[in-house]
Amino acid sequence: MTIYILRRLAFLGLTLLLTSLLIFIITQLLPGNVCRVILGREVGQAALNACRVDLGLDQPPYVRYLTWLGDFLRGDWGNSYSTDAEIRPLVTGRLGNSLMLAGFTMLVGVPVAVALGVIAALNEGRVLDNLISVAALAVVGLPEFVTGIFLIQILAFRLGLPANSSIRESAGFFEALPSLILPALTATFVLLAYVARLTRAGVLQELKQAYVRTAELKGLPRRTVILKHVLRNALLPTITVVAISFGWLISGLVVIENVFNYPGLGRLMVFAITRRDLPLLQAISLVAVLGFALANLAADLLYAALNPRIRVGQ
Amino acid sequence: MAAQKPLLEIKDLTVSYRVGDRTLDALQEVNLSIRPGQAVGLVGESGSGKSTLALAVMRYLPANALTRKGSIEFAGREMLALSQDELRGLWRRELAFVPQNPATALNPSMRAGEQLAEALRLYGSTPEEARALSIDLLKQVRIADAPRVARDYPHQLSGGMQQRVMIALALSGRPKLLVLDEPTTALDVTTEAVILDLLREAAAQQNTSMLYVTHNLGVVAKLSDRVAVLYAGELAEDGPTQDLFRQPLHPYTRGLLDSVPRLGQRKDVKPLQGIEGALPALGAPIDACVYAPRCPLAIEICWQKRPALDAPTAQRAVRCHRWPEILAGEVSANREPTIRLKTAQRTAEPVLKVNNLEVDYPLPRSINEFLSRAPRRAVQAVRTVSLVVNSGQTLGIVGESGSGKTSLARALVGLAQPHAGQIELLGLRLPVRLNQRSRELLSHVQMVFQNPEEALNPYLTVGESLARPLIRLSGQSAAEARQRVPGLLAAVRLPADYAGRYPGQLSGGEKQRAAIARAFASQPDLLLADEPVSALDVSVQAAILNLLAELQLEQQNALLLIAHDIAVVGYLADQIAVMYLGQFMQFSPAETIFDPPYHPYTEALLSAVPPPDPFVQQEQIRLEGELPSAVDPPTGCPFHTRCPRFLGDICVNELPPWRETKDGKRIFCHIPLEELERTQEPVLLFGAKPAGEL
Amino acid sequence: MGLNTRVKAASAAPVQGQRFFSLLRGLFRRPAHGFGTFIFLLFFLLALFGSVLAPYGANEQIVHDVRQAPSAGHWFGVDHLGRDVFSRVILGAGDIFTLAGIGTLLAVVIGTSLGLLSGYRGGWFDELLMRFFDSLLALPALLLALLLLGRFGPSRQSVLLVIVAVYIPIVARVVRSVVLSVKTRGYIEAARIQGESSARILFREILPAVLPALAVEAALRFSYAIFLASSLGFLGVGVQPPSPDWGLMVNEARDTVSQTPWALYFPAGAISLLVISVNLMADGLKQAFQVEVQI
Repeated sequence: MTIYILRRLAFLGLTLLLTSLLIFIITQLLPGNVCRVILGREVGQAALNACRVDLGLDQPPYVRYLTWLGDFLRGDWGNSYSTDAEIRPLVTGRLGNSLMLAGFTMLVGVPVAVALGVIAALNEGRVLDNLISVAALAVVGLPEFVTGIFLIQILAFRLGLPANSSIRESAGFFEALPSLILPALTATFVLLAYVARLTRAGVLQELKQAYVRTAELKGLPRRTVILKHVLRNALLPTITVVAISFGWLISGLVVIENVFNYPGLGRLMVFAITRRDLPLLQAISLVAVLGFALANLAADLLYAALNPRIRVGQ
Repeated sequence: MAAQKPLLEIKDLTVSYRVGDRTLDALQEVNLSIRPGQAVGLVGESGSGKSTLALAVMRYLPANALTRKGSIEFAGREMLALSQDELRGLWRRELAFVPQNPATALNPSMRAGEQLAEALRLYGSTPEEARALSIDLLKQVRIADAPRVARDYPHQLSGGMQQRVMIALALSGRPKLLVLDEPTTALDVTTEAVILDLLREAAAQQNTSMLYVTHNLGVVAKLSDRVAVLYAGELAEDGPTQDLFRQPLHPYTRGLLDSVPRLGQRKDVKPLQGIEGALPALGAPIDACVYAPRCPLAIEICWQKRPALDAPTAQRAVRCHRWPEILAGEVSANREPTIRLKTAQRTAEPVLKVNNLEVDYPLPRSINEFLSRAPRRAVQAVRTVSLVVNSGQTLGIVGESGSGKTSLARALVGLAQPHAGQIELLGLRLPVRLNQRSRELLSHVQMVFQNPEEALNPYLTVGESLARPLIRLSGQSAAEARQRVPGLLAAVRLPADYAGRYPGQLSGGEKQRAAIARAFASQPDLLLADEPVSALDVSVQAAILNLLAELQLEQQNALLLIAHDIAVVGYLADQIAVMYLGQFMQFSPAETIFDPPYHPYTEALLSAVPPPDPFVQQEQIRLEGELPSAVDPPTGCPFHTRCPRFLGDICVNELPPWRETKDGKRIFCHIPLEELERTQEPVLLFGAKPAGEL
Repeated sequence: MGLNTRVKAASAAPVQGQRFFSLLRGLFRRPAHGFGTFIFLLFFLLALFGSVLAPYGANEQIVHDVRQAPSAGHWFGVDHLGRDVFSRVILGAGDIFTLAGIGTLLAVVIGTSLGLLSGYRGGWFDELLMRFFDSLLALPALLLALLLLGRFGPSRQSVLLVIVAVYIPIVARVVRSVVLSVKTRGYIEAARIQGESSARILFREILPAVLPALAVEAALRFSYAIFLASSLGFLGVGVQPPSPDWGLMVNEARDTVSQTPWALYFPAGAISLLVISVNLMADGLKQAFQVEVQI
């Protein structure tokens, strides 16, 4: 098991390295004059040259990559091109907000989604399952911005919840709570549909396994068979499903934050794109990737701990 | 015994499956009864409905199954009328089930001991009692180190261990009836022998009845008091084991018995007779004998009227119009062999020479190993194998799982890379990599694979698949190849119009024939057949084996036959090599392999195979322990960890020598031949005394 | 297993040509799948013939009908700039089909080729490629999309590039895993020992076995591509105005939603309907290809 953990950590490090390289290549090395992109079309050659030196573009690529990576790891994330503000406090502040939203969503959404998936699977083919499955399918098809706007129409205008969730940068949890509700609800909605569908498939798969027959033929009551045997094993694929939904959540939050004007990383990222603010974009990407990778690592370790094949080995 | 009321009484049972919008009958009016303490073997091939019957008895059929007619009475109660709760009560105390695949039947996240203890707690024990009792149960099924196994998870146990756990579980409630669905089919024969032993023991001890479902006639001969034969969902015949084997009354039973190679049966002496044709498609019941299309004794009435289930004697039942004639000996389903098979001549040219071949599969290195620069570990599949096969000759390699026989075949044909040793084909060195072999060389070595279902590309017609080697290896044009295809089909007894069919339209046996036709297309000098019949039904096996022999007579190719079934190998081969853990233990002419002296492993192997004959006396030599890991094979003689004739340190430290016997055998053992000859009895004695009365 | 063989014999044996029709029948067997396929085909036709069917141009401003609710003359109403919403939705269909369709097609073709090579060859090529794809997949799809857009600037071509870049790794992985499982089948090994060239094995022996899973995956990718393109349009970093991109239309209609809600709901509905129907169709394909009888 320890070997497994070490291997996973090494793998994590490698992936992060490769991904940071990828981010660097996309933003810095791809053809096209970066300086021209940043400064616009009309600037003169002198300004372009100054920009090149300023960005260190006259250095060979690997040096640039290493300096960039080194700086980042030391905490120097540079300054934003468009606002000239220091990037790190900006990003970490927004990160906090996004985490609040994500955390709230996962905490509420995941247990409900898993429960719905399990209920649907245990009632396969019957009314309850059809209801849940169809509803899930419908919601999955709705893009987040559609759901968000829809919810705004229904809830904000009727119930008076804030449609616009701009909150102060450093707002604490309770202060931000009213503004969190609608975006969190939107995110939860879609997360529910996604996770419920996959959980349902996973539980159905477990129900077909031969050990269920063995358990039933022992004479165990149905409830024990489901709880102690089926669900215990269905836990494993569910962890995988939840891990996959992290990725969706990160993507989805970008859109949701924009729908509700919520000051998180997602909004910042779109802002960075419209201003062609590459350093800001790089920093946000790295942070997002790091978060995603860590979340996946946590899921992997949990999976390994619960799966006897890995925990105990051969 | 006759006065006892049956424990299980099945009357006119008819079970159908709802598939799409149709209802297909899987079982038709089946009658069966089992007395207390009696073991009944239910024999059938794939598609006979035997598994459905087993699950019907357990009342655990899938949701789309319908029990349309009939009754199942267990201990006086009508099972079809029981509620789920009542059934659960039965499952706890009176009925138990052992499935075919123990790996999937055990909960992967629960320790083995806990899975037993859970049942015991349900039956009334306290948690401490349950824990102790579960260890006892494991000991009862002959698991050494029961406490350790109880703590293990299923994936840490071998197949044989897993099945023992399942049997322990089944016996834990002290059931009156044990239903077993092919419980040993997935196991090696030496493991199977141990399992059969302990089943017999446990049944005798607790006076448990058994319904043992299998396709293996040897197992029923050994284990059961009565045999019921199922064909296409109908009961063909039913009777006491010895009576049925001595004189089968249904032509299908006769056909089955004639299809199974007996130990010692040789192709030139007594050719096998298969059963022609294939199982009928599932459909509406017809008013005719369902076996008529394949029956050599079918007469007009067989096609017009469904035979009733008659009782020739009080203990026998048969569903055939002609049983009186068969009983009186007037007609017989035995047919004269249509082909004459010969053994190879002694003075043929060597086609294949293998010298000290070694094949291993490297394992991925862990970080520790990488850092400590330890030598790379590998699964040593084949260790120092040498052999010679002549043209027109068949070398049979027999071994259980883990013996390395498949790796050897793959190395010879180019699909695996040996890291040491030479292969010489017709005097030429054979390159180890496929892409280094010229087309000429490739055309000389071809192979028939194990799984007929995957043998042909499902997206090409049979004709297209057969034409490929002609185009590719024999250098023919597409048009020429197409012309040759009907000839190839004819050689394997397939109709010419099969060329336009897709593999999905062929039965398993037909697919294997097409695969054989494809292998012979380039007229290879060496044909490898890796378990060519193990995935096929018994009735079909005979035809394939005979086909291989016939084609060999024509083409005079060398045949390397690989199988785990020593009877199959003994039937076809001229020379037999017994393989264990990557090395050969014994070479023997096929005529003498069943006589002593034997290598101790061969001895154990022969005493483990259940012969399809209740009148045979068989030694009961059993192997202890498990197969050692091929990553860390034992030093010296690889068999020494399990050898019943273990000598001592010499077996551990030194590689054995090859000793030549007078009857042409070569034995890889430290034990002097005189010693073996003195102490070894023939493993099998074909006599009149039934096995049960030893 | 044995009973399965007898059931197969009982069903009509599918000959090559008949396979296609049995597939179609399978698609329409469950009403949900049939519905999805039908709607998809409808949209496809709209996309194809949009320019002929649309009563008005995409940016034609009908000044006197500005902000008109849905009526006989304007089925989906008119937006705040006086543009006929119905026409814009239909023309947007053509837009999204082209964008998502070509993007998915490219991703599928390239991804399949890479997956085939990688799975069949194995070795360092496979290792390297999979590591590279792992790092691409370490970025959630939208993030990678935004990153690329940040670099290349929002435009239709960028969105196309993004779709292709994001989906190649996923398609390649799916294809590779099928190849790995097919590689060990008897008929593939037989082809190898018969000296068939790798190209022939890949395309004539392995690829047909890959196609069913690939078809399902391609349908799913198409639906996600629509999703992605609309989301990017909504965020304003995708296709730029004045294109009748549905996501963009939703974004533009946000501020005036109280006055012209139809200008928002119809394009939003179109996106949802198309995505759901493609998902249903993909589900149907999955069922149709795996006709396994439960016995």
